[in-house]
Amino acid sequence: MFARYPALAFAIATLAAMDGAAAQTANQPPDTMAARVEACTPCHGNKGEGTNDVYFPRLAGKPAGYLYNQLLAFRSGRRKYPPMNYLLEFLPDPYLEAMAAYFASEHPPLPQPAPSEVSKEVLAQGELLATSGDADRSIPACVSCHGPGLTGMQPGIPGLLGLRAAYVSAQLGAWRYGNRTAKAPDCMQLVAGHLTEADVTAVAAWLATRPAPANPAPVPKGTYALPFGCGSQPN
Amino acid sequence: MGSKLSITLLALAALTTAAQAQDKNSDVVARGEYLARAGDCTACHTAAEGHLFAGGRAMPTPFGTLYTSNITPDPATGIGKWSADDFYKTMHSGRFPDGGLIYPAMPFASYTKVTRADSDAIFAYLRSIPPVIQKNKPHELRFPYDNRQLILGWRTLYFREGEFKPDPAKSAEWNRGAYLVEGLGHCSMCHSPINALGGTSQSDAFKGGLIPMQNWYAPSLTSNREAGLGDWSIKDITDLLQTGVSMRGVVYGPMAEVVHNSLQYLDDADTRAMAVYLKGISEPSPPPPPSSTLPTTESSLLISLGKSVYDKSCASCHGTQGEGKPPHWPPLANNQSIEMQSAVNPIRMVLNGGYPPGTKGNPMPYGMPPFAGLLSDNEVAAVVSYIRTAWGNRGTPVSAREANELRSAPLH
Ligand code: HEC
Ligand code: HEC
Ligand code: HEC
Ligand code: HEC
Ligand code: HEC
Repeated sequence: MFARYPALAFAIATLAAMDGAAAQTANQPPDTMAARVEACTPCHGNKGEGTNDVYFPRLAGKPAGYLYNQLLAFRSGRRKYPPMNYLLEFLPDPYLEAMAAYFASEHPPLPQPAPSEVSKEVLAQGELLATSGDADRSIPACVSCHGPGLTGMQPGIPGLLGLRAAYVSAQLGAWRYGNRTAKAPDCMQLVAGHLTEADVTAVAAWLATRPAPANPAPVPKGTYALPFGCGSQPN
Repeated sequence: MGSKLSITLLALAALTTAAQAQDKNSDVVARGEYLARAGDCTACHTAAEGHLFAGGRAMPTPFGTLYTSNITPDPATGIGKWSADDFYKTMHSGRFPDGGLIYPAMPFASYTKVTRADSDAIFAYLRSIPPVIQKNKPHELRFPYDNRQLILGWRTLYFREGEFKPDPAKSAEWNRGAYLVEGLGHCSMCHSPINALGGTSQSDAFKGGLIPMQNWYAPSLTSNREAGLGDWSIKDITDLLQTGVSMRGVVYGPMAEVVHNSLQYLDDADTRAMAVYLKGISEPSPPPPPSSTLPTTESSLLISLGKSVYDKSCASCHGTQGEGKPPHWPPLANNQSIEMQSAVNPIRMVLNGGYPPGTKGNPMPYGMPPFAGLLSDNEVAAVVSYIRTAWGNRGTPVSAREANELRSAPLH
């Protein structure tokens, strides 16, 4: 009898909760972030895993600070993509922060690396740039900021895995032509400014061939020092 | 000893009057800030990521691009040298301190209704904000519109100078609402066929208030066939104005901007006054007989395709009967804003999707995805035709050409 009482109470509580949930879904959209970002998921995937469109980036698992910086940049028009500039125009900061946190906390598996369309030599050149850079041309290694495992660092440096070559080259191009800027000092603009078309093709192609690492999570803030300052990564 | 005491007393008295004066002044400044919100000065005078009221925001018009002015108190590049009289002259008469004519893109045709006291309060507030050194960018208007004398012609046609005159036959609340809507709110700047931003030629082509350059239709606020609010409850109207969403419908596009920057900050009494006035000015009009320019066979094909698109892409949020889950997922059945003669807004809504503005009353709004990349012109036309005619809605079908034309409408 005594033993059953808590169970009964539990059952009632559960029923009441379910009742509430049912009543709520009958008249109101679910009170969740997932329902609130349904405007985003046709392009970015239900869990931010990306879609078939090679220019629509994966969002899942990227550092929340990085995603938030991007949402701020789209809202103000500093980063340009009209459909997103329009959607975000009248959304307040805390809400953008919540959207960023939502996609940062999703962890769908990384996609299979795509078979590459470029030659072995080009891939080798891409690997060299990414892992060692080219000191003669003032190109730092991508890993020096994006991390030895290319998984990025909290709070502002994104990983470079799970992105398709077309997207990566478009972003590097956008930096070179000023369509994308980040908080000053905009270190990526310096990096992209030193790359040639051929470098961009090579590094984007090599990145897209990388398999998923065992732990794709961005490393904690301060795990390593950056070669030079980035406005989006406060010390 | 005695004189010392009286000096101290005098000093004390002086201090208190100074403090009182300061209090009074800070009251005026706070009032001015509130009124500047009601006038939505920031929508035009603050650029994206720019300093508050430093201007420099581009306003595209059919005649070229205007750049808004720096209205911070910097003496060299802002209005730091202006007097309250100079400021009133701008608000009331549309003239610079030296008498020069101001382009009507600055909504002085509405602001002329603002009282002297309110104008002075806004001026006191503008004097209290941090000055920003930023030179005004010269306008880029095409010949002959770069000649300010042309504004005289516009003024003769459209400008009636004069403060708001309350209508003694109406309640104080109605008059307060009228003062805000006709004056600081400058609602008529968008919601009228004659458009201060662009003149008449463009809007004639589409009738009603198509906002030139932006390609959004600002519905009539008096006709219940459009955005007339005659059969809305006061609560639904105040919800719409204050939070951007309501049980009857939501705001989007340029109206989302108005709610975001301006209306959400108005207090309950003022919002209610506006609602009472807006409800009062609507003129009940009988529904028009549906008249479509499309041949019947074409429209019935469209509508059956439209139903299948709707069931697949829209019903999860807007409900199979267009009932929605209001206020967050708006109802489409019996929703005036999709039944209007002009189908520009529902077509753009489908192409571009949107979020209502994030407001104090609705800080995390739900959104609608853009369908521009997911549906063909024909499917867009079909689904819009369907929602305009299903569930007793009294709109007319639209063509794929109309849908196609709006794909290139600017998003900013
Ligand atoms: C119409 C498709 C579309 C929709 C809808 C959309 N996005 Fe995007 N999003 C994109 C594209 C394309 C980019 C890359 C733009 C560029 O080239 O810079 C992007 C970039 C981003 C980025 C930056 C990613 C990175 O790694 O730098 C974030 C964050 C983002 N979107 C979040 C959102 C959120 C949140 C929403 C919903 C409110 C949304 N997006 C809706 C297409 C879309
Ligand atoms: C000095 C540090 C630094 C170096 C070196 C660096 N990056 Fe970055 N990278 C950043 C930061 C910081 C960001 C985020 C910028 C922002 O906030 O928009 C970024 C962002 C990116 C993005 C955008 C990712 C997305 O999801 O949109 C790409 C692509 C990228 N970097 C590629 C590279 C490549 C390729 C290299 C090597 C050639 C490289 N980076 C070297 C700091 C660096
Ligand atoms: C719809 C856009 C818009 C809104 C809203 C608006 N303005 Fe303006 N304003 C302009 C434009 C454009 C100019 C420049 C006109 C010209 O050069 O003839 C201007 C000019 C001015 C000037 C003249 C300053 C100068 O030195 O050139 C003042 C003062 C001013 N506005 C104050 C205000 C105040 C106060 C409000 C709010 C109550 C306001 N404006 C709202 C567009 C706007
Ligand atoms: C994920 C949920 C969702 C889906 C799916 C969706 N909508 Fe919406 N719809 C919304 C929301 C939220 C708004 C309010 C958006 C705003 O204010 O900018 C809205 C607004 C509208 C409006 C304007 C309503 C008004 O009150 O003026 C129309 C018209 C509309 N949707 C049509 C459609 C059609 C047609 C489809 C399918 C092609 C569709 N929607 C799919 C959520 C959705
Ligand atoms: C910048 C142009 C602009 C200004 C200024 C403006 N509106 Fe609007 N308004 C629009 C447009 C465009 C629409 C159609 C989109 C929509 O329904 O949200 C609209 C729609 C509306 C609706 C109908 C909403 C619905 O769901 O049917 C109401 C009511 C309204 N406006 C009231 C006002 C009032 C009151 C003011 C002044 C305080 C005002 N508007 C100022 C552009 C404007």
